[in-house]
Amino acid sequence: MSTLSHTQPAPPTALHTAAPVPVLAARGMVKRYGRVTAMDHADFDLYPGEILAVIGDNGAGKSSLIRALSGALVPDDGEILMDGQPVRFGSPLDAQKAGIETVHQSLALSPSLSIADNMFLGREIRRSGVMGSVFRMLDRPAMQKVARDKLTELGLMTVQSINQPVETLSGGQRQGVAVARAAAFGSRVVIMDEPTAALGVKESRRVLELILEVRRRGLPIVLISHNMPHVFEIADRIHIHRLGRRLCVIDPKAHTMSDAVAYMTGAKLPEEQLAA
Amino acid sequence: MTDTTSSSAPAEGRPPIQSFEQVLEKRESRVAEFDSTPKSPLRRLQHLLHANPTAVPAIVLALGVIGFSFIVGGRFLSSFNLSLIIQQVTIIGIIGIAQTLIVITAGIDLSVGAIMVLCSVVMGKLAVTLGVPAPLAFLAGLTVGGGCGAINGLLVTRLRLPPFIVTLGTWSIFFALNLWYSGSETLRSQDVAKAAPFLQVLGTPVDILGARFTYGSFFMLLLIAVVWYVLNRTALGRHIYAVGDDPAAAELSGIRTQRVLFKVYVAAGIVCALGAWALIGRIGSISPQAGQTANLDSITAVVIGGASLFGGRGSIVGTLIGALIVGVFRNGLALSGVDVLWQEFTVGILIIVAVALDQWIRKVSA
Repeated sequence: MSTLSHTQPAPPTALHTAAPVPVLAARGMVKRYGRVTAMDHADFDLYPGEILAVIGDNGAGKSSLIRALSGALVPDDGEILMDGQPVRFGSPLDAQKAGIETVHQSLALSPSLSIADNMFLGREIRRSGVMGSVFRMLDRPAMQKVARDKLTELGLMTVQSINQPVETLSGGQRQGVAVARAAAFGSRVVIMDEPTAALGVKESRRVLELILEVRRRGLPIVLISHNMPHVFEIADRIHIHRLGRRLCVIDPKAHTMSDAVAYMTGAKLPEEQLAA
Repeated sequence: MTDTTSSSAPAEGRPPIQSFEQVLEKRESRVAEFDSTPKSPLRRLQHLLHANPTAVPAIVLALGVIGFSFIVGGRFLSSFNLSLIIQQVTIIGIIGIAQTLIVITAGIDLSVGAIMVLCSVVMGKLAVTLGVPAPLAFLAGLTVGGGCGAINGLLVTRLRLPPFIVTLGTWSIFFALNLWYSGSETLRSQDVAKAAPFLQVLGTPVDILGARFTYGSFFMLLLIAVVWYVLNRTALGRHIYAVGDDPAAAELSGIRTQRVLFKVYVAAGIVCALGAWALIGRIGSISPQAGQTANLDSITAVVIGGASLFGGRGSIVGTLIGALIVGVFRNGLALSGVDVLWQEFTVGILIIVAVALDQWIRKVSA
């Protein structure tokens, strides 16, 4: 029963061969907004090849943690480590360059741009030769092809036109585009913030399958979700955030959803803390 | 067509399905079908217009030309008159390019006209009064235009002030500088022609089949082609649309939104300086009082051309058509003997109809 691990997180169940060095980690991160402390010495560990769920009550500081890991927020204090090496993310671009892709809850898509334009937003492919270097001409056929391939590869969609504006897509389809973008460009870590929150039952199922598909390719995934059944279904480990810091990390196979909810809301303390 | 009960998922990778989800096994497995047949003809029209933002202005322009050729007859349709309309819209067409760039980023630039006049005065004073070689004076004018744009851009991106307020302020400032630098004096056309013919070169007429164009008209088309290329075929162009569409999303996608905005304001300033060159060509003289209506006329052209003041939507070609619509209506109404005040009245209606249409088109849903 006691797979609780506050100081020494259990290695992921998915890849036993993985080295115990976290791909992405954070130590003692602090972020204050005036009198509000969003992160109070928060720690975080993500191991290779695992799906790590991050859960916590509203206002627990999950979003700040995730925003810091994806470069959208610069913490006041603390450090972020990749493969044990300290890194600093001053902007989302820095995190992207380090191989961290995030599917934000807002999806971060430009509604009036096409599916292909959105997938390559901020990392467009230019033509080779003079047309590309001097005239900065985009290689649209190449981008459209890659976009279509990626969507197909993830079993995501039969697209009539990859040049269709994103605003003409349904919520589930937009989610699919955002996930495909992250899966296509994330070389180290994929972070998904409430990927099923806005979706129906059928579409949620599809996104969960996508997450497993991404893990199968060897990418570790951070999944932020309020949906306990989903979390317990696909997570290898569950990071429980409370009052701006990591309360504990639990093994979903050894704990029940009620345990998790009890820890998360403070109704019950993890055994380790009771002992301490 | 995608099978989501999925051959790609090996048995150990598949999660146990929640009991309430078991019914999903029998569901339709196609995931992202694109419904290409909107229900009613009206919805279909809405989708069509949504997909082709320049369709509405193009139709209005065609209707305007057809309508006035019936009302006014041959005098309107003569190649001379039609080419005159093109000459008349050249300045607004060029300033409209600058305005379109800003409007796509969800901004508005009230200072474009003032930047243009200031640049024309700088070019004229340096070349005519101070005897600087005309091409150098022209370059100085471009620099001033870019500098004015940079001031707007810095205020918008650094101080994060609303573009409306920033450019309302710089409009007055640039106009005051223009009066100060010119000493409120007009340089006569013949003086400009003698000292710096280069500045008037865009006024050179070209006669083709009884139609009279000027270099300025072709220059406008060239500028439109260049800016169209940048907006549609380069990464910067895509970023400009993304920034106007949803700045937060653009930032999270890794776009340096403030840098893109700054570039847009500088580019708009330079385009205004090029507009100043065309302005000198068109009117010959250089006056600090010229181009007074360019600010609002450019916004009119952009809005009638189908751009959305909420950003992310608009096109250079649309703006050209918007400017032509205004030109055709003014010219047609004038030839019909309608008083100037009713021309203004009509343009006002066009603006309101254009914005109402934009609102309706934006409501298109998947």
